Amino acid sequence: MVQSVNSALSNMLEKDEDVILFGEDIGYFGGVFRTSDGLQSKFGKHRVFDSPLSEGGIAATAFGMGINGLRPVVEIQFADYIFPAYDQIVNEIAKVRHRSGGEFWCPVTFRTPAGGGIRGGHHHSQSPESQFTHTPGLKVVYCSTPYNSKGLLISAIESNDPVIFFEPKRCYRGPFYGDPHNVPTWKGHSEAEVPDSHYNIPLGQARIAKEGTDCTVIAWGTMVHVAEKAIKDSGINCELIDLQTLIPWDKETIVNSVKKTGRCVIVHEAPKTSGFGSELSASIQERCFYNLESPIERVAGWDTPFPHTTEWDYMPSPARIIDAIKKTQEE
Amino acid sequence: MSSEEEGNITIHVPDAPFRPGDNPVFDKWKWSPDDLKKPPIDCESEETSAHSRGLVRVIDDEGMAYGDWDPNLEYKEILQGLKHMVRLRIFDDRMMKMQRTGKLSFYMQSLGEECIAIAQTMALEEQDWIFPTYRQPGAQFVRGRSMVSMICHCIGNVEDNVKGRQMPVHYTYKKGRFISISSPVGTQFSQAVGVALASKYKQLNEVTITWIGDGASAEGDYHYGLNFASVYKAPVILNVVNNHWAISTHYNMASGSTNFASRGLAYEIPCFRVDGNDFLALYSVTKWARERAKIGLGATHIEILTYRTGAHSSSDDPSRYRPSNEHEFWPGGDPIERLKIHLIKNYDWTDEKHLQLENEIDAEVILAYKEAVKHGDLANGPYPSSDTIFTEVYENVPWHLQEQWDEMNKWKVD
Repeated sequence: MVQSVNSALSNMLEKDEDVILFGEDIGYFGGVFRTSDGLQSKFGKHRVFDSPLSEGGIAATAFGMGINGLRPVVEIQFADYIFPAYDQIVNEIAKVRHRSGGEFWCPVTFRTPAGGGIRGGHHHSQSPESQFTHTPGLKVVYCSTPYNSKGLLISAIESNDPVIFFEPKRCYRGPFYGDPHNVPTWKGHSEAEVPDSHYNIPLGQARIAKEGTDCTVIAWGTMVHVAEKAIKDSGINCELIDLQTLIPWDKETIVNSVKKTGRCVIVHEAPKTSGFGSELSASIQERCFYNLESPIERVAGWDTPFPHTTEWDYMPSPARIIDAIKKTQEE
Repeated sequence: MSSEEEGNITIHVPDAPFRPGDNPVFDKWKWSPDDLKKPPIDCESEETSAHSRGLVRVIDDEGMAYGDWDPNLEYKEILQGLKHMVRLRIFDDRMMKMQRTGKLSFYMQSLGEECIAIAQTMALEEQDWIFPTYRQPGAQFVRGRSMVSMICHCIGNVEDNVKGRQMPVHYTYKKGRFISISSPVGTQFSQAVGVALASKYKQLNEVTITWIGDGASAEGDYHYGLNFASVYKAPVILNVVNNHWAISTHYNMASGSTNFASRGLAYEIPCFRVDGNDFLALYSVTKWARERAKIGLGATHIEILTYRTGAHSSSDDPSRYRPSNEHEFWPGGDPIERLKIHLIKNYDWTDEKHLQLENEIDAEVILAYKEAVKHGDLANGPYPSSDTIFTEVYENVPWHLQEQWDEMNKWKVD
């Protein structure tokens, strides 16, 4: 996935000279996760460059560049470090189109590695997507595989709205099935092959990762793979939906699936309370109430800070997801 | 097209002076110990203008100490400083080795910067507060923390005083008035001002010291700290450690100016740039700053000039972005080597005694390590109970957390 993100950035730098990349350590070094490796030497220091360690400064500068015709793609090194930029994102970038009567807009993409599973403790593990889904004016994307990371990132950069683009760092080098002692690479995965050329996955479109009839399981980021493993082990014929875009989420795919299965489990690694699962759960019951055969289940991170040594008791595990799937089958 | 020409037609983006494959060349330092006099303790900030642009030194390139800033410490005290520095270096080395075997998830060395927290903490009083970055663990040695306790934290075992919640090197040591370290860089710098103001409100003889990296000085927190300290005349010592590198980012990317110290002058705070590998100079300037804070004249801003000899962390590979021998050419040398030479030239310290000290400390570190791993390590456990996920989130556990806690207990893996 490191290469697919790099490939998306490279395609967009090539295609559109208004695209520029900046962020901490992303220039000469190519980023701490190597996602911009080689791009500075290929496209020049004026298009791919390091920034001071100042997330607030990065966001504000991106705002200015964005309203003056550029299409900045900035990296926040870890999603946990996005908060100094929060004011600029929430009060400025998200609202400028609306507050200026449509005269200004800011097509910036914030790429940021998120999520746990790397022994990152409190501040290298959080998954703060719902802090942004609650902000009108932002699109929010959470990729999960090499193939969708590239197609979604290209669409995010091409979007004329600001996009917060989460990359599950646990999956940069392979999918994660919930077992820290057995971590495969992407080799052989159905979503591992990525074309070199430009392609889009439209924002707002979910991916049916596996078709099924008995329960709809919705997940994003690393949890797509953990849920896949749980479904396999549950023996229940579930439909797995990789949400991909959280705002705006794919109403049609979700509603059709839940109407078909009558049961639903939502999985995310961010804390449960006010997590995006809450919004999905409420919306699904509004739209599918008479089709639901059992209560919607949520499997999420606990409402606590993300721990270091005990992180496997924090992150949703296949066992917890299987239990939730089984509960939906009971009534 | 040269970068200068490029800069004329598009965005100017500074680069590091040397990258892998380049020959690093540094000018020899033009500053010597008798350049700068100690200003009066109640001076105006402008009187430190030369100090902010020059370099306060006590130990010269030959290991001799002189000048107005010489603190005239007793041999015993200087030797104590040396011992702490050697202890930290050997401790770091052992932790890096343990990291490679998976006994801890991550580590950050202080290599080349051992002098800073040790000299400065020694210059303070024991009631003073310490708001460090992750590269000032040495302050804990000065404040008497046991090495076993520090290792237990790093390897996340059942004796870790922060209960396995934080990454290694994110120490908390309340007894030593050493605040819990947080990963977001720079946040401690502005918080320190609040601690100092609380001490002032309570009319206590307490000063707070804090550090921030050259890179993190680009964060808002640095500027908030300077401004609040200036407005309220907080009894705080505000240090910028300029170690040249913030991961791969050279300090010339942190600011368009090559001088960090003088930035405090705009806030009317006295400013000094100090040789960060000179134990005596750091000690002396810190004493001056403490005295000024104590008598109610507010903050002092210090740029500590040093060089990050090691990698940013165990996850970093600096050979990708800087010449691997760059530190050998940087004129500030090595802090331990410089203090050792000073002691050999001026007291009865010898190479043999130094070697013996290293051996003794090595044995001490190994002993501490063996003691610590008895309580578990990250590779093998046992870990702090996963109940610690739910405790101390709030003062008392609210119902929704209690429900989730019960739920977790059904699924415990650790």
